Amino acid sequence: MSLFLIVLLPFLGALLPGVIQQAGRRACAMTTFLVSALALIGLFSHLPALLAGNVPRVEVDWIPSLGLNVAFHLDWLAFFFALLILGIGCLIIIYARFYLTRDDNMGEFFTYLLLFQGAMVGIVLSDNILLLLIFWELTSLSSFLLIGFWKHLPDGRQGARMALTVTGMGGLAMIGGMVILGQIAGSYNITDILQHRAEIQASPYYVPALLLILLGCFTKSAQFPFHFWLPHAMAAPTPVSAYLHSATMVKAGIFVLARLWPVLSGTEIWVILVSGTGIITMVIAAIIALFKNDLKALLAFSTVSHLGLIVFLLGTGNPYAAVAAVFHILNHATFKAALFMTAGIVDHEAHTRDITRLGGLRHLMPVTTVIALIASLSMAGIPLFNGFLSKEMMLEEAAHTTYLGNHWLIPVLATVGALFSAAYSFRLYFHTFTGPERHDYPHHPHDPPFGMWVSPALLCIPIIAIGLLPWIAEGFVFAVSEAVMGSAGTIPEKLHFKLWHGVTPALKMSGIAVLGGAILLLLYRPANAVWGFLPVPFAKKIFDAIVNALVALSRAIIWPTHDGSFTRSAAIFAVAVSVLGLHAFMSGTLGPVTREPLDMHPMVIPGWALMIISACAMVLYHRNRFATLILMSIVGLMLSVAFAFFSAPDLAMTQISVEVVTLVLLLLALNFLPNETPAESPVMIKIRDGFIAIFAGLLVAGMTYQMLLRDFVSPSIAEYHLANSKPGGGGTNVVNVILVDFRGFDTFGEIIVLGIAAVIIYALTAMLMRGPVRAKLLHRKPDKPLAGDKHPLMMVVLTRVIMPVVLLVGTYIFLRGHNMPGGGFIAGLIVAIAIIMQYMASGYGWTYDRQRFPHHGIIGAGVLVAGLTGIGAWFVGHPFLTSSFAYIKIPGLEKFEVASAMFFDLGVFLAVFGAVLLSLSSFARLARHKDYEESDHPMDIDPSRTEAD
Amino acid sequence: MEILVASAIGVLTATGLYLVMRLRTFPVIVGTSLLTYAVNFFLFASGRLVVGAPPILSEDATRYTDPIPQALVLTAIVISFGMTAVVVIIALGAYLSAGEDNVNEPDPEGLLEGMDEEGERA
Repeated sequence: MSLFLIVLLPFLGALLPGVIQQAGRRACAMTTFLVSALALIGLFSHLPALLAGNVPRVEVDWIPSLGLNVAFHLDWLAFFFALLILGIGCLIIIYARFYLTRDDNMGEFFTYLLLFQGAMVGIVLSDNILLLLIFWELTSLSSFLLIGFWKHLPDGRQGARMALTVTGMGGLAMIGGMVILGQIAGSYNITDILQHRAEIQASPYYVPALLLILLGCFTKSAQFPFHFWLPHAMAAPTPVSAYLHSATMVKAGIFVLARLWPVLSGTEIWVILVSGTGIITMVIAAIIALFKNDLKALLAFSTVSHLGLIVFLLGTGNPYAAVAAVFHILNHATFKAALFMTAGIVDHEAHTRDITRLGGLRHLMPVTTVIALIASLSMAGIPLFNGFLSKEMMLEEAAHTTYLGNHWLIPVLATVGALFSAAYSFRLYFHTFTGPERHDYPHHPHDPPFGMWVSPALLCIPIIAIGLLPWIAEGFVFAVSEAVMGSAGTIPEKLHFKLWHGVTPALKMSGIAVLGGAILLLLYRPANAVWGFLPVPFAKKIFDAIVNALVALSRAIIWPTHDGSFTRSAAIFAVAVSVLGLHAFMSGTLGPVTREPLDMHPMVIPGWALMIISACAMVLYHRNRFATLILMSIVGLMLSVAFAFFSAPDLAMTQISVEVVTLVLLLLALNFLPNETPAESPVMIKIRDGFIAIFAGLLVAGMTYQMLLRDFVSPSIAEYHLANSKPGGGGTNVVNVILVDFRGFDTFGEIIVLGIAAVIIYALTAMLMRGPVRAKLLHRKPDKPLAGDKHPLMMVVLTRVIMPVVLLVGTYIFLRGHNMPGGGFIAGLIVAIAIIMQYMASGYGWTYDRQRFPHHGIIGAGVLVAGLTGIGAWFVGHPFLTSSFAYIKIPGLEKFEVASAMFFDLGVFLAVFGAVLLSLSSFARLARHKDYEESDHPMDIDPSRTEAD
Repeated sequence: MEILVASAIGVLTATGLYLVMRLRTFPVIVGTSLLTYAVNFFLFASGRLVVGAPPILSEDATRYTDPIPQALVLTAIVISFGMTAVVVIIALGAYLSAGEDNVNEPDPEGLLEGMDEEGERA
């Protein structure tokens, strides 16, 4: 299976659960499982190639100018992580099927889960760091959705937000670091970057790049001091915790550390920062974990601690530690996922995960108890379980690590960490499952159905198998470790995984840790009392304080300019833009006048005067709203005349038809709004506004005048369009050819925007009609006397008679659009006006009943026709929206030309037509009220009807 | 002739801005329409003024005006209708449900009062 497909499968699969959900919960979970399983099979299909020593790789250029290529590769490291993500993913899906209740929206859950899974697989398979960053951000976003899945719980929402804030900020830092790294190496392909170790480490930008990348990794992998988000993310449903917070997302940071290990590791600053952070995290989190009463909180801090352990191992920068790190990633994923699922089972069955309310579950839930025991012992580092082996290697490494010249610091810290680790593992098991059976569980527990415990039980198999027979994992772990180290290190020769290495320092430390852990658990009560007295800073409070301070700061900045007063914002905006423009003008240089002014034409003066006088009159009489509309349409009319005069026939036609529909729209609106604007602005405010307006108007006029007297600074691209319009686009109306051909994609977007606007209007109207406004509208008393004749005879007859004529004109304008002024936009408006006239003359009800297609459908059809025309070009191997044309001769007609652009223009026509009608008829719907009687007849007085009817 | 076009654009801008700074929805909407005229006219004029040379190719024509600003403005005119319609329905909805057509928040400080700790509306 192609690597592309492996990454793509979960994303494509994410579309399914929501649909399949209708068929039942079982089908929904099954589909999701099959998607993951299929990707897993795809992964294994590459195993032979890997075993043969090859690294499968695929690449497609995406944005080559940025160095961003869609490049995936599958080396052993990528295989290892993808195996964890998809393998544990399959188990989690089975578990979630039984964990989620009927109240949970399973389709939504599995959709998010698959999105997350796809993003994770994308991270580990990426061979391009920019691509990796995209998937990295996708994991932050999809995990936000998963953590906050229970939207009704405030904890879930806050936890999700905190996780997104912390990991999102880390992601931003990481972007910076990765870009610097790519710049140093001269390539964004990981394979290339890994060849430049010496160059990267010698670069002066190595330290900033390293710091930024580490910030990203440490926030994602919850390292101190960014560890606090992980426990709060435990508000998520348990399958999410088990998946994201044990095996996958929190390992993403570690994955990047491992991926870039060959080029970043080994320097002094790397060792100090990475191993130091790792060991501190390990110890602190282990101590906190011991005193947590919530099972999932305990596991969360233990996860932080184990992640610290792995980071420490990667930080020491030698091959032995790298092998140990890989080994522990594997072991930790198995036992921690099993433990999370066990905690979920306990919660599910007993309805609490508070350790102080549990205990004695051993007799009630034997199967769960066995699973928990195996996984806990592995986590504690007891021999014969896999956790022991990698922890032994960690202690061995710690025993030989000096930190800042100190020989005992690291060994002591590692032992303390291991000791607390053993203690909380014991506490998890003994305080929950052993002891006397209680009678006050919130819900009487018993073992869950098979489907719920099978997943953690399956994970126990590798725990024991590797624990007993360490060598079975050796080949795999070594292969992965070699992929981690690349050319920067080799596996130590004598290294073998085995249970007995003799009495080494590590064994002694391990013994101290296990014994000490057991003693600490026996002394748990006094220890807990001491812990209660310690002043431990509470991370959430600090985080909230920082967030609140930032909110207060932004409010302090925004509030003075943006206080909910639109008038004020508009005034500030106008002044700011004017002043900036004036500054640009004053500080720039003005070129010489290069154009001869056009001669004044006597016809122009009256039009200009009408426009100016109307606009000024609008200001003076704006309180009379009806008069304002009349004056505004005069301005619009004069503008269309101006367009016609200055060689823009298309614009003139568009402007005048838009003027008509806008006027109808505003008249409809005025039907509901007060007809007078009250006089309420004080004189000083009027003077202030007048001053601002005149200031801005003068600047605009001056700028326009100066511009009109000068030629273009650089040659216009108009020449190209004029020259290619006929030979390339097949039309002589260059404006129309630009719209449907040269810039067809823009036009496609614009008709969609227009359609969206119309649908918004429809939706808002429908919403208004459902709410309390409906009653208000129905009982509205008209504020002006209605005409006695609702459907005037003359108007009905006239609109009916001219309707075919208008339609004919519309068709004509549409057909000639490619060569003469006209086209889809104008024809759409004209035909819409023909229908609106029917609405006005014969009433909403009568016209609505005769309308065969819904207006939304017409908009949709328009967008579809335009889109399909564009797609059509694909079939002949051209890019989207490439047009073509041919000349056709039908006997009896002149030779005429048919362009594919005409079908595109048909789409434009339909979309514009539908959008105008949908908006206006929505407004008209509001106007119907209680006393309104729908008439079956187009006019009130029908000459052919007799009195008897 | 240039002075006429420039002054017309200036007057449309000034009157539009003045109306936008009024307190009720209706004059604000009409003011934006005037600003739209001004902006469209300005964009169109950026192709420079030419009389009697429409961008329709023919054998007889010796010169053509710049077709690109025209194509841009054509869609802008249609989109501005859509925008006006959306703003009008919002203004109408606000007036019908609140009985108020003032564009300003009457009690700006009160905006903050109603929010809970999470910044969500109580």
